[in-house]
Amino acid sequence: MRKQIPRILTIISILVFFLFLWWAEANLDPYLRRILNLIAINIIWAVTFNLIFGYTGQFSLGHAGFIAIGAYVTALLTLSPAQKEQSYFLSPCIWPLSNIQWPFLPSLILGALLAGVFGILIGIPSLQLHGDYMALVTLGFAEVIRVINMNLQSITNGSLGLKGIPEYTNLFWSWGCAIFTIFIVWMLGNSSYGRAFKAIREDEIAAETTGISVFRHKLMAFVIAAMFTGLGGGLFANLISTIDPNLFSFLLSYQVLTVVVLGGVGSITGNILASTIYVSLFELLRPIDQPMTFGSLTIPGRPGMRMVLFSIIFLVVILFYRRGLMGSNEFSWQWLFSKLRPIFKRRRMEQGE
Amino acid sequence: MDFNMFLQHLANGISLGGLYALIAIGYTMVYGILRLINFAHGDIFMMSAYMAFYGISLFALPWYMSFVLTIPLAAILGMAVERVAYRPLREAPRISTLISAIGVSLLLENVGIVVFGGRPKAFPRPPLFAQEWNFKGVRILSLTFFIIAISCVLLVGVFYLVYRTKTGRAMRAVAWDFEVARLMGINVNQVISLTFAIGSILAAAGSIMWGMKFPQLLPLMGVIPGLKCFIAAVVGGIGSIPGAMLGGFLLGVGEIMIVAFFPELAGFKYAFAYLALILILLLKPTGLLGKVVEEKA
Repeated sequence: MRKQIPRILTIISILVFFLFLWWAEANLDPYLRRILNLIAINIIWAVTFNLIFGYTGQFSLGHAGFIAIGAYVTALLTLSPAQKEQSYFLSPCIWPLSNIQWPFLPSLILGALLAGVFGILIGIPSLQLHGDYMALVTLGFAEVIRVINMNLQSITNGSLGLKGIPEYTNLFWSWGCAIFTIFIVWMLGNSSYGRAFKAIREDEIAAETTGISVFRHKLMAFVIAAMFTGLGGGLFANLISTIDPNLFSFLLSYQVLTVVVLGGVGSITGNILASTIYVSLFELLRPIDQPMTFGSLTIPGRPGMRMVLFSIIFLVVILFYRRGLMGSNEFSWQWLFSKLRPIFKRRRMEQGE
Repeated sequence: MDFNMFLQHLANGISLGGLYALIAIGYTMVYGILRLINFAHGDIFMMSAYMAFYGISLFALPWYMSFVLTIPLAAILGMAVERVAYRPLREAPRISTLISAIGVSLLLENVGIVVFGGRPKAFPRPPLFAQEWNFKGVRILSLTFFIIAISCVLLVGVFYLVYRTKTGRAMRAVAWDFEVARLMGINVNQVISLTFAIGSILAAAGSIMWGMKFPQLLPLMGVIPGLKCFIAAVVGGIGSIPGAMLGGFLLGVGEIMIVAFFPELAGFKYAFAYLALILILLLKPTGLLGKVVEEKA
């Protein structure tokens, strides 16, 4: 019974959270809802990055590529044929794509699966390498995907991008997928697979001598991460409704890396906190891009100031506070209880007197 | 394609290759010593191009003054990056230094966007470099010739410095083994600073010539040449200076020739560099001229 308590508490808090989402979907204005959606999508990306880098120790910078695949597949499947005909004015869309329109869920799933297929194709060569070479090759693959997206005019509409993607993504979709991703990665992390991942992270050779099939486990982590990243990409495309290849450049991979480093590598709690803080700060700091007036002094607005600030924070964290917000610690109910207990104890003593 | 056209493309390819080689050396020297992909190198390249540009346009310097002044400034920037972002992490896991390098690169790019603005700037091309020379029907821009000449002079200079001077010997010793070099009385930090300075000087020289060849300055202009030059360094064998030169020239000539012979593939030009990298890393990870390097802990 005692062991069940944390689990029940988790389920209750998720239910309460969904009640909040239900309220938010009906009452909050579109701007705030969009921020909440973006937080959920960033959580998905951060958690999957954490699965590859934090758990398995493989430094991959190819996130933008998987996001692009998920986004393009989902967008192409959900776009209406009429809209496609309108957007593809340089060269018409090829046949089977030009007149299909799928509902959201199968499109998302196919997007995620195709991202997973690309995860296998990219993972097999790049996981042979280590450390910075692996980072460079995955970054390279992501950039190759971007270049291909730019040039396949009759499939992706090239640099013109896709417009008018139906805005299916709402809070239930995004947070539902985020919680599902967290659940899967969490369960994976605490299973025998997860322990194998962490063994590989600590020492690849030692892991191999204890009988762990290193390559198979690395590939598994990589492909699962790629699939969920693609899922996040699909949600992203149907949230912002306009995508073009340059949206998915290496800068997007760096953004995911920033979030994970801020939160603490290896901690899902850290990922969630950092995604929330990153997206909200990004919006809250919008004023510093605009002109500011202090009395008679006017500072002209400089678009991009926010990104400078973020890169400084990123550098400071990596230089002076390498553990990030959470280190590799996770939130747990036991931890919360142990923090709360002294407070209650004191109150009881005060009442007793 | 007639023979004259081919020669024209070849000259073009060699000049592009010379620029790649100049930048690739910065990568290979830093990797040789610190086992670090200096992601900020491409952004130092970008910063130097802007410095030269503002020297001419804002401070109204004659172009040669501006170019000459850019070089020490770039060296200072390179050393500052090392001092601030890499030296504190000397004892940290290697991956932290790599993340720090990405952070510096991101910072420089964003500072570039804020300070220089996102709109492209037109780099001036002094008249000396804008003439068209005609060698028996092979028409070559004087700039192309100068790029080849200047790159060759600089490459020979680096060769001399690294293989024929005492400082160069210290650099090679540090690249070979950090700790032992320190025991031999070499000031390791100073040598590393110097390496960054030399790399940045070459990048600055490369970026000025790049600016005249492709006269469009953008805050993100350093990223793609940076990545390509790292690829050139890997193809040639990371850590090896002749390798970086060879890789740079191969990549430059190859890129121009692919577009010249198969114009329909021009859009995929950038992907070829990456495919070359992936193939090289999988088939011959030490590169063409590289030696086997074990990872430093």
